[in-house]
Amino acid sequence: MNRRRGLLDRVRVVGALLVSAIVLAPLAATATKPEAASSPAPLVAAASDLQFALDEIVAAFERDTGIAVRVTYGSSGNFARQIAQGAPFELFLSADEAYVATLVDRGLTRDRGELYAIGRIVIFAPHGSPLQPDARLEGFAARIASGRAGRLAIANPEHAPYGRAAEQALRALGLWEAVRPHLLFGENVAQAAQFASSGNADGGIIAHSLALAPTLRSRGTFALLPESLHAPLRQRMVLLERASPGAARLYEFLRSPAGRAILERHGFVLPEA
Amino acid sequence: MDWTALGLSLRLGVVTVVLLLPVAFVLARWLAFSRFRGRGFVEALVALPLILPPTVVGFYLLVAFGRGSPVGAAFESLVGHPLVFSFEGLVLASLLVNLPFAVQPMQNALAAIPPSVRDAARCCGLSPMAAVRRIELPLALPGIATAAVLTFAHTLGEFGVVLMVGGSIPGETRTVAIAIYDRVQAFDEPAAATMALVLLVLAVAALGITNTLARRAARRD
Repeated sequence: MNRRRGLLDRVRVVGALLVSAIVLAPLAATATKPEAASSPAPLVAAASDLQFALDEIVAAFERDTGIAVRVTYGSSGNFARQIAQGAPFELFLSADEAYVATLVDRGLTRDRGELYAIGRIVIFAPHGSPLQPDARLEGFAARIASGRAGRLAIANPEHAPYGRAAEQALRALGLWEAVRPHLLFGENVAQAAQFASSGNADGGIIAHSLALAPTLRSRGTFALLPESLHAPLRQRMVLLERASPGAARLYEFLRSPAGRAILERHGFVLPEA
Repeated sequence: MDWTALGLSLRLGVVTVVLLLPVAFVLARWLAFSRFRGRGFVEALVALPLILPPTVVGFYLLVAFGRGSPVGAAFESLVGHPLVFSFEGLVLASLLVNLPFAVQPMQNALAAIPPSVRDAARCCGLSPMAAVRRIELPLALPGIATAAVLTFAHTLGEFGVVLMVGGSIPGETRTVAIAIYDRVQAFDEPAAATMALVLLVLAVAALGITNTLARRAARRD
């Protein structure tokens, strides 16, 4: 009988823990984001090359306006698919205007959006890598020729614009077929950068905006690849159907001199205002 | 440390346990006590999420409950937002993938009740409902508790399905497991390490509780 009681007590303890989790979870969620209680913070889907630049822009925006913003980073192609399937994003910052165009065609956006930046790609090699980054990838070509080449990380060209630009550059240099067995694919360009800098690969072809970030700069060196090697990464943003006034204000902030200055500092080429 | 994500994961775990356990108990009881053709098939169906790749489950959920599907369209017209990329969608996915974790411990516990005990209950005039309440539930308690703990812990750790149908929306579908993945991609290893440690501790605690429950159940026999 005692043993029975002990078991019941134990079950009661587990139950009490579960119940307190129900009560505490929403509390914990709201305690960290005071604004979340009144009106939900605008939800932004951003190409992962914006990881560092947009964090800074959002911090400045929240300081100026007091509007908290929720950002999810990922590959533009994946976001376009999710938005078409009904994901509740309010503002979409794509790394490629073609994905915005498909959403415009489906009537899921406020308008045609606006070009906010032009992206560049670099070859990045972590400290300790045998690869010396150069603008024409001669170093990596030589390593392939010697049979000692390790892995080269790029974003998945099928749904990540930076991956497609990397593929185009490798093709333009006549290296695609030779490099292919050495490629390592990230789900998006931030993951490719993480692979490239981890020390487990020779390096990678990643976004200039990521290579310039302090965390990556401290981990390795890079060389900018000529723009002529790939179709321009024309990055377009667009307000989606369900955009709140807060999302529209962030859109305006991105177009403002303050927003543009931050983008430029992170290695983006700015389109004509 | 992403407290919103941890809160979301805990909430998802609790909601899953509360919704799944009653249904799973009925299913477990049926599988434990009934002899019928096709029982093996039903058991295999229940066990399927154990071996099916999470991406397969996620893909079928997208197909079955996405905007284009009748269920997805009906949900959207009723609730006003799509089922996928929402907390409700995660709950649905979680209920499906946790089915074996909830059913199997309870089925084993119920099957271990000697038929003589159940016969005695019936002979003494207990109604079927009373027999469930006064005989089966108490005797299967360790199995029920194990099912609850395993389901809860497994929900906290679910990644593949959540990645496919969730979309990493803060406060809505970004669970701790997804937040760890995001933080690693953002080169924020300290935050990833903290959250990974929290999940590790919770997993060890869950296994500790289930092992203790199993030992107690064994000692009683």
